[in-house]
Amino acid sequence: MSPRTPESTEPTAPERQDGEARRFTRRSLFGASAAAAIVSRTALAQEGDNLPPSVPEWQLEPGEETLSQPYGKPSKFEANVVRRYRQGLPEPPTRLSSFSLTPLQDLHGIITPNGLHYERHHGGVPTIDPSEHRLMVHGLVERPLIFTMEDVTRFPSVSRIHFLECSGNTQNWGAPKPELTAQDTHGLLSCCEWTGVSLATVLAEAGVKPEAKWMLAEGADAASMTRSIPIEKALDDALLAYAQNGERLRPEQGYPLRLLLPGYEGNTNVKWLRRLKLGAEPFQTREETSKYSLLMPNGVARQFNFVMQAKSVITSPSGGHRLTGPGFHEISGVAWSGSGKVARVEVSTDGGASWRDAALQEPILSKCLTRFRAPWNWDGGPATLASRVTDETGYVQPTREALLKVRDVRSYYHYNAIQNWSVAASGAVTNAG
Amino acid sequence: MPDRIGRVALAIAAIIVSVAVSAADRYDLGRPATPAEIAGWDIDASPSGAGLPPGHGDVRQGEAIFAAKCASCHGAHGEGKPMDRLVGGIGTLHDKKPEKTVGSFWPYPTTLFDFVRRAMPLNAPQSLTPDEVYAVSAYVLFLNGIVAQDTILDADTLAKIKMPNRDGFVSAYPTLGAKP
Repeated sequence: MSPRTPESTEPTAPERQDGEARRFTRRSLFGASAAAAIVSRTALAQEGDNLPPSVPEWQLEPGEETLSQPYGKPSKFEANVVRRYRQGLPEPPTRLSSFSLTPLQDLHGIITPNGLHYERHHGGVPTIDPSEHRLMVHGLVERPLIFTMEDVTRFPSVSRIHFLECSGNTQNWGAPKPELTAQDTHGLLSCCEWTGVSLATVLAEAGVKPEAKWMLAEGADAASMTRSIPIEKALDDALLAYAQNGERLRPEQGYPLRLLLPGYEGNTNVKWLRRLKLGAEPFQTREETSKYSLLMPNGVARQFNFVMQAKSVITSPSGGHRLTGPGFHEISGVAWSGSGKVARVEVSTDGGASWRDAALQEPILSKCLTRFRAPWNWDGGPATLASRVTDETGYVQPTREALLKVRDVRSYYHYNAIQNWSVAASGAVTNAG
Repeated sequence: MPDRIGRVALAIAAIIVSVAVSAADRYDLGRPATPAEIAGWDIDASPSGAGLPPGHGDVRQGEAIFAAKCASCHGAHGEGKPMDRLVGGIGTLHDKKPEKTVGSFWPYPTTLFDFVRRAMPLNAPQSLTPDEVYAVSAYVLFLNGIVAQDTILDADTLAKIKMPNRDGFVSAYPTLGAKP
């Protein structure tokens, strides 16, 4: 159906009836020859035909039927809002061990849609039948136990909103690559409402022995990935999560069961969780020795860097965006801390020479993304946008220079410095590191 | 005597109270894991040697297994490409571009055994027998100059190996929580 032109907006009664008849004819055509109808429709539609004073075509015929999508999808006009690999980085030798990035520059609020949660897998995404999934709890416990998923979901449940961030997020150690977007620089970051059972509840069922100081968490993927977790964290705010944002976990996030350690580096939040073993010492797995350790300038490696330090990033405007012209633009972004709540976010439009407070959007939750916003009247000249978070412990997000004084690219992980975006007079926004 | 009876009664009462409390904390969900079930899944090995299975393997056997199942990703002699380099780089951790390999960086020999046993090769994890994992471990350590060519590794000999970077790690937990 082509849009109704201004000339046809005041039809006489007979004309309106003709219009109805025409619409029915066209719907029949769709049934008979959808392809031909689409072609004719495209040929008829002209730019501006859907704009006032015309009535747009989607008002002139019924839309898709109810239940045309039993599981709904985003509008086709949002097809570019997807996960992807990092620009400029060579494809990995295998996608079985790789990552994908959340499109932060296209998201709003603090919740990451399940299909856009970042991925990091070490041996592919397993297809696990929940009826055949088991969680084993053993080691330094009074009663070694095995749980079915039905058992796990029968425990008292709890829902909490927490961010997850891969500690390899944001590789701004070197000279900034201008073409990088917020997805490239910060996209190993997502935030969901997680539902599950408190790990302390499940561990109490097995009875943790006093000498247990560490807990090995093991996945049921092809990597059987393992990390050692301090018992203090396991008994504090850890969850065994089976749902995210209201539905069961996505396979990429550990279906049917994952460990969720609020504020801890992503890798410790073991997916497809099959085994918890209590021990007296850390198990020194590959992921906590040769990976996810920080090689310091003195050649010594720092391991067990669990807490994701306070960090923030402006997501709008950000790399790849283009401001349409001078005048009002809202600066918006997200801030978070693995140590607790965000206390303050400041923004700068002059590369950190001066700062002013941004408004924090409620809710402000512990170990969770907080959305911040600040009004900005762009004068049309070059500008450098930056944000700086302070968390409730008083920790202030460092500058890149300050971070580089302590460690450098050799440490790779836990880059949390202030992010700068350059705005050119043309309106083009690029990564300034 | 009455004193003793009193003490026993008190002790029994204490047990009853503790059972009542712990039962109240519990939901009676799940079932006991049998020793056989645990044995099938309990595949981790620790630096103390705990968890290393019976069996043994030598460098020559490891060379053959490596050529067949590892070299396509890690290079004929562990030089890497397309996947991680396993050999060399010892003494480079202070350099501008450190070479982090099993030989130069990994602090424990048990981590090598544990990782190969659970995750390698990428296309067929947990397909190697304990003997084969000992053999491959021996070969990788031999390529790094850490063990001699005639080495036979088992649970005892593997755990005793001191890796070149054994003292190169410090723990950030819990003291460094939020430091840069």
